[in-house]
This record gives sequence, structure tokens and C-alpha cells, in this order.
Amino acid sequence: MSHQSADLQNISRQIRKDIIQMTHAAKSGHPGGSLSAVEILTTLYFDEMNIDPSEPKRASRDLFVLSKGHAAPVLYAALARRGYFDPAELLTLRQLGSRLQGHPDMKNIPGVEMSTGSLGQGFSTAVGMAVAARVMGNSRRVYALLGDGELNEGLIWEAAMSGAHYKLSNLTAILDFNGLQIDGTNDEVMSVSPVDQKFRSFGWNVIMAEGHDFDDLKRAFKEARACSSAPSVILAKTVKGKGVSFMEDQVGWHGKAPSAEEMARAIEELGGAEHV
Amino acid sequence: MSKPSAQKKMATREAYGEILASLGEKYPEIVALDADLSKSTKTDVFAKKYPERFFDMGIAEQNMMGVAAGMAASGLKPFASTFAMFAAGRAFEIIRNSICYPNLNVRICATHAGITVGEDGASHQAIEDIALMRVLPNMTVLQPSDGVSAKALIEASLKIDGPVYVRLGRSAVPILYPEDAAFEIGKAAVLREGIDVTLIATGIMVNEALIAAEALSEQNISARVLDLHTIKPLDTEAVLKAASETQLIVTAEEHSVIGGLGSAVAEAVSEGCPVKVVRIGIKDTFGESGTPEALLEKYGLTAAHLVKAVVENLK
Repeated sequence: MSHQSADLQNISRQIRKDIIQMTHAAKSGHPGGSLSAVEILTTLYFDEMNIDPSEPKRASRDLFVLSKGHAAPVLYAALARRGYFDPAELLTLRQLGSRLQGHPDMKNIPGVEMSTGSLGQGFSTAVGMAVAARVMGNSRRVYALLGDGELNEGLIWEAAMSGAHYKLSNLTAILDFNGLQIDGTNDEVMSVSPVDQKFRSFGWNVIMAEGHDFDDLKRAFKEARACSSAPSVILAKTVKGKGVSFMEDQVGWHGKAPSAEEMARAIEELGGAEHV
Repeated sequence: MSKPSAQKKMATREAYGEILASLGEKYPEIVALDADLSKSTKTDVFAKKYPERFFDMGIAEQNMMGVAAGMAASGLKPFASTFAMFAAGRAFEIIRNSICYPNLNVRICATHAGITVGEDGASHQAIEDIALMRVLPNMTVLQPSDGVSAKALIEASLKIDGPVYVRLGRSAVPILYPEDAAFEIGKAAVLREGIDVTLIATGIMVNEALIAAEALSEQNISARVLDLHTIKPLDTEAVLKAASETQLIVTAEEHSVIGGLGSAVAEAVSEGCPVKVVRIGIKDTFGESGTPEALLEKYGLTAAHLVKAVVENLK
């Protein structure tokens, strides 16, 4: 399934509205880090990955792991809009009995390949999936989305070491590089710089990208696929809260739901009301 | 069942190495992971036979468990091994969130459990791993008492759809069962019938319980001996049967008295058929360096300690 960037723009606008409406309905959740990853997930689910929503367990499918599991709203919205389940279900996010848990639960939702939420762990499981694909002679690709705050976790670097050691060229990590974590900027809380040099020194193929530019993301994924000697990491420069003016680059919107008024303003900015 | 040779000894980790390599032939989906301890955990036997299905993850136990989870999610049957301290302790939260929560088919075969690690001292003596693994939903917890049961239980564990923790020891221990003995996960093995007291033991303490039962018989005390190789799910039926048929239960484990076999038995007995339960184990303290024999003596984990507990508590 290949889309023109104009189509991807429309899809991403819908996913942004979904994120706002879901977190408002749930009265909790993580809009900031969901909004920053919209173009990345839109590109993956509507352009890059070899997947088929009508056959979510097809053996040859590519796998995606949301290592920054708190961005569950963007994953659920992307899956629903891609056809894995009815978008109406999105508004059940975080409610008792809902399949849409606060952090992704692979046992429940079609298209979710790994249960995540505890930072660092998704990346490690993605390494395992990439090794497994090789053992099983499966030509699939494995993708993992990391947060920049998540790079504080020691497990990330254990996983990075092993991905390079086993030369997992079928693995692509994408860093949602928005510069903010819960207590402040990356630099204030625990500096992760220089990320590019860190990954390069661990043996990864490092690719820079504009994380809200579809053409640039497509180019980055193409470069990652072309590398046959090492795993790739795409450092995707993003803005936390992207697309909603009062949420952009604001630490306070990491884990806070919009009020009814804030939702109305956000939806207006995203092109007007349109029910999920 | 025929009597095993009394002299023969084997460490349960040795048995693990042998059965894993042999299962590799039957199950192409088996892969093995280790954290730079393959010569000690005995996964090196599998590694030599199936180098393309063995993955040394280096001294990084957390990542090893995460990688094993990803492999299991892809349809493989990974066996992940390191010392019990680092498997259950260091990697606990990865086991919880990436293996147990999604109910993935990872077998964690943890060796060098308990105080009989010996000279390495307290930092390497896992005496709380049963408690840590038992509390996790979806987890099955096994502790074989000898080489024969280790092989049989590890093979049987492949039929379980979900994670399994297998607690294995460093030292060679006597073979208690004949080669053809049958084991069922979740069913205690009754090694000796008795009417006065039931000794419920697991791991290396099963042999001590058998010696204790023999000594007790000389004092005209009839002791039943159960090998509780499956700590979770607990064989509540066998435990409550013992509670209703014998007036005292003594549990024995090379583990803290908090949270392990003794706790599991006491929980079942207090709810189902209250009788006195005396727990033999490590009494909420850290171990220290020493020979395994000296440590078992100092920390109260011998047949003589079991006999004393029975005599003191039997009305």
C-alpha cells in the first residue's frame, strides 16, 4: 500500500484528531508524545510496512513494536485508521473492560505485536524478533519506535549492543527525538547527547530525518532498507505535541488529557470537527 | 518403580544441559540464550550441537529476557539461562512485563540457585527467586530434586503454553528416581507414605527429607515424604490430603522461609485444612561464603534439622 504524501497528510490529521478525542474521553493518557510520532506511524502503517489488516497474523508480515508504550493512542489510532478494528472503539481508551489498555497489550488488540509500556523493554523484544526472523528464514523487517527520554534506560544500550553484535540489518529503530521528557528537557534531566555518536559507536547505521516530513521519512526508511551490514536507527527530529499550538514543545502535555474546551480548540486547529 | 543406584550423583544443571541438547533435535523451534555463563549453566552442550540456534547475549540478563520474549512472540521456544540471582533478580521486571504479562513461551532455566552456590557468598546465593517467580501471573515454577526429574520436568514443560521458571542447582546431588519414573507437572511425587507427619520438600531438600523419614521411623514416627517439584501451580490436593491425614506438616526448601514452598503450603493449609505447618528454610537472612555442606549445616538445612523439627512439634 503506497500513498502519496498528500494522502498521508490527510490520514495524519485524522490520527491527530483521534489522539485528542481519545485522551479527552479517557481523561488521562499521553497526548504530547503521541502527537510527535504521528508522521512516523503514518509513514510506517500506510507506506513502509508490509502488512495486511485483513490477515493480522500473516507469517510474512513486518512487525512494529512501540517501545515508548505510553504513546499508545497514536498506535491505536493508526491501527484503527489502517483497518485493524473499528475506529469507534478508540473512544474506549483506558476504560474498564476496554481492549485499548493504557499501554499496549498484545493479547487483546489485532496488530499489536508486543506488550510494552515499561521503557527499554520493547526495543529489547524487537531485537529478539529480528533474531527470530533470521533463525526462521523469514525475510520480514522489524521496526521499533523509541522515545528520547527512554534512552536513559540501561536496557536500551544492552539491546543496542546486541543488535549490532548480531548485525541485524532487518531491524530499524526510529527515535522520536522531541527533546522533552517528564521532568524537563533531555538536557536538564539526563543528557542523552550526542545520540548520533552514541548509536554510531555502538555499530548502528545512523540516519537523520525530519520527523514530520513524509518525503524525508520515506527517504530514511529506504536508506535503512538499503543497509545490509548493520541495524539502522532513524533519528527523527520531532516536536512534542505537534499540530496543536498550545501543546507544541510543552513539557506539561506529556501525560495530561485535554479539557472539553482544549479539545475544541485543538480540533479546530486540526481542520474542524469530524467525529471519530 | 525400581530403585535407583544409591551412589549415582548428578547436578540438576548437568541434566538440563543434556536434555536441552536432546530436545533440540525433536523441536526445531527451540533456541537457547545465555549471559556469558554457558559453561556453568550447561547450555554449552546445546551450543556445540546447534551453534546457529544458540545466542550468547553477553553479561546483560535484562536484554537476554527481552530478546527471549521477542523470539517467543515470533513462534520460537527459547530457553534462557543464567544464574538464578541474575535471572529472577536482575531481570525480574522484564520477566514480569515482557514475558509473563503477554504469556510468552519462554523457559527460564536458572542454575546455581540457593545457598549451595557456596564459596561465592551471599551476592550469588539466590534465596528469594521462588518467591519472586511464584508471585507472577501465568508463571509455572519448577524445582527438580535430581537429574532424572530435571530431565523429565524440563521436557514436560514444553507442553505448557506460557512461561516456565526452572530452578536448578550447582552441586551434584543423589539420583532419587529410576530412569523410567513418570512425572506430572502440578502433581507432587509421593516418595514415602506415612501417617504421623508429612515432610513436603523441594529441590535438594527432598533427599534430606528421605533421610529424615528413615531416621524418624527408628523412633516409631511414620513420615510421609512429598517431592513438590512443582511449586506453582501448587498441588493443593496432595497438600490438603496430607493436612487431613497427618497432624503435622514440615516443609523444607533451600530458600527463604518467606515466600517460597513453605509459604505456598501454609497458604493452602490455612485456607483448606488448618494443621500446624513448620517451615524449614533460610530464616530471613543472607548467606555467606563456605562449602555447600558447611552452609547447609549452619543454616539449618539438613535431615537432622528436619528430624528435630518433627520431634519438637509432634504432639
